Amino acid sequence: MDLSRLSELDACTWTYPASAAEGRRESRLYGTRELVAAMDDKVLEQIGNVARLPGLVGAAMAMPDAHWGYGFPIGGVAAFDPEQGGIISAGGVGFDISCGIRCLRTGLAKGDILRVAGKLSDALFRDIPAGVGEEGPVKLTIPELDRVLKGGARWAVAEGYGEEDDLEFVEDHGCAKDADPSCVSGLAKSRQRGEMGTLGSGNHYLEVQCVERIHDAEAAAAFGVAEGQVVVSIHCGSRGLGHQVGTDYLVSLAQAATRLGIALPDRELACAPIRSPEGEQYFGAMNAATNCALANRQMLAHVTREVFRRFFRDAAVETLFDVSHNTCKPETHEVEGRRRTLFVHRKGATRAFGPGHPSLPARYRAVGQPVVIGGSMGTGSYILAASPTSEARAFSSASHGAGRSMSRNAALKRWHGRQLVDELAERGIIIRTRSMRGVAEEAPGAYKDVEVVAEATERAGLARRVALLRPLICIKG
Amino acid sequence: MSETRGTFEHGADFGVFGRGPDPASAFREAAHAMFALMTDPDAVQPLQAIAFEFEEADLEIALVRYLNGLLSHAADRKLALGRFALARSGAHWKAAAQGEPWREGLERGTGVKGATLTMLSVRNDNGTWDARCVVDV
Repeated sequence: MDLSRLSELDACTWTYPASAAEGRRESRLYGTRELVAAMDDKVLEQIGNVARLPGLVGAAMAMPDAHWGYGFPIGGVAAFDPEQGGIISAGGVGFDISCGIRCLRTGLAKGDILRVAGKLSDALFRDIPAGVGEEGPVKLTIPELDRVLKGGARWAVAEGYGEEDDLEFVEDHGCAKDADPSCVSGLAKSRQRGEMGTLGSGNHYLEVQCVERIHDAEAAAAFGVAEGQVVVSIHCGSRGLGHQVGTDYLVSLAQAATRLGIALPDRELACAPIRSPEGEQYFGAMNAATNCALANRQMLAHVTREVFRRFFRDAAVETLFDVSHNTCKPETHEVEGRRRTLFVHRKGATRAFGPGHPSLPARYRAVGQPVVIGGSMGTGSYILAASPTSEARAFSSASHGAGRSMSRNAALKRWHGRQLVDELAERGIIIRTRSMRGVAEEAPGAYKDVEVVAEATERAGLARRVALLRPLICIKG
Repeated sequence: MSETRGTFEHGADFGVFGRGPDPASAFREAAHAMFALMTDPDAVQPLQAIAFEFEEADLEIALVRYLNGLLSHAADRKLALGRFALARSGAHWKAAAQGEPWREGLERGTGVKGATLTMLSVRNDNGTWDARCVVDV
């Protein structure tokens, strides 16, 4: 990225000043000089386009892991005020609505896993449907799916997929209350019938990880993690239903924007005013898809727990936290001394409520919300805790991943899946996958250094590092 | 002669393109390129068929609607697709495709979630139509 177009506010904050001539408000990019300089110029173009949308409050923002996306950049955050003509954008959420990470702590030690690693990998790979074309064992009727779309993870627990205690540690206690299944097309529901409890493909994964290093002992104690302990991270979203909701509303909102006189700098930013029939319909459908994702991750967590208990009968596999990173949520934030309800879009960005936030579980309230930065299958991931300054800095948002540094096409030219799997095995990391091509696209070298991104997230005042996780087993979608 | 279909660079996902003597031909080639991200279309047996129609006067939006229609119907029927047909009469588009249920032995690539409006273009370059957009994977 051409840094001459930006001004450096501090060591990890950059501003792309507003331009009245271009009808563009300020954009703010978080990251070190090196991270921001390495971002594609498209990130600036895309976040600048977001800053042209009606009703934006404050600045449009890019997190330290930002990279070129579609519509919004991945790592994009923007808040809109419904009382000021603010919009809701299908392009600001993306196709994989409520994609996120469920993190489980196991109470097990690395040595426990190493003794059974091969068999545990095989069992997880057999019981977790992963990859393109794979279906789950559960086939739901449309009325049953409507209950999923209303109930989210609560539906799953009520159906026997998991434990009541899980729900306290899931965003919104496992259920998006504004879901309206009547706003979801029949085709979207039909697509989902065989996809509940599936991982999907692309960058989705289930990873068994070991806590290698603790950065913040107080937060680690609150989160129940310690050095040498094993956790499991599950990264996936709303599957076919969410993809179809995205598809259905992308074109209809682009057409609505034209009809309503909203000048879209990029058609992918398809949107409508929050307070419009089109905006309200999308909001109802998006929340239904969010519940689909929450139920899906709950089911996958349940299957994971069952597999672990086959190997470790007394293992306490508990939900550490579950949070989405492709969402638009109504939240109350303080802006210029006034509490306002804003619709915060996070596309590839994690909600990060700081210490004391009333919605957090009592166990975490003093230290802040857990934030998971998922890295690559060969390097590592981070658990962080939302910083007290995350609200003022970025409407309580933080990074969601390492962020790609290389395109999939370039990765395919550079790496072969089989070779990567063998190399990782030599380093003690077991990969199970149906797609060697997918492994090559997701090569560790195609991602930014997760340690650099996590450190920048901390220095930017978004979330502070708690624990570094190293992969032991990866079930690759 | 330039390639009739393939992928182009995008930071996070894939761009797909197709080329042909008319828009419908270019769209079919783009569909082939998109499904090639998921599996080898030439290895897919034409055992089941899907068909759908739509009205769209805007050529660029028509490309996105066509690609997303294929993705939706293929996903709904749990099919891998390998053969594509598309006919256009003004703003009316009539699409068909053939494939088979996913099975062991079919190469697994990366699932496509949807065709986007990003880098979307349908244009005529000296008599050859080029249709392209970014798809989310």
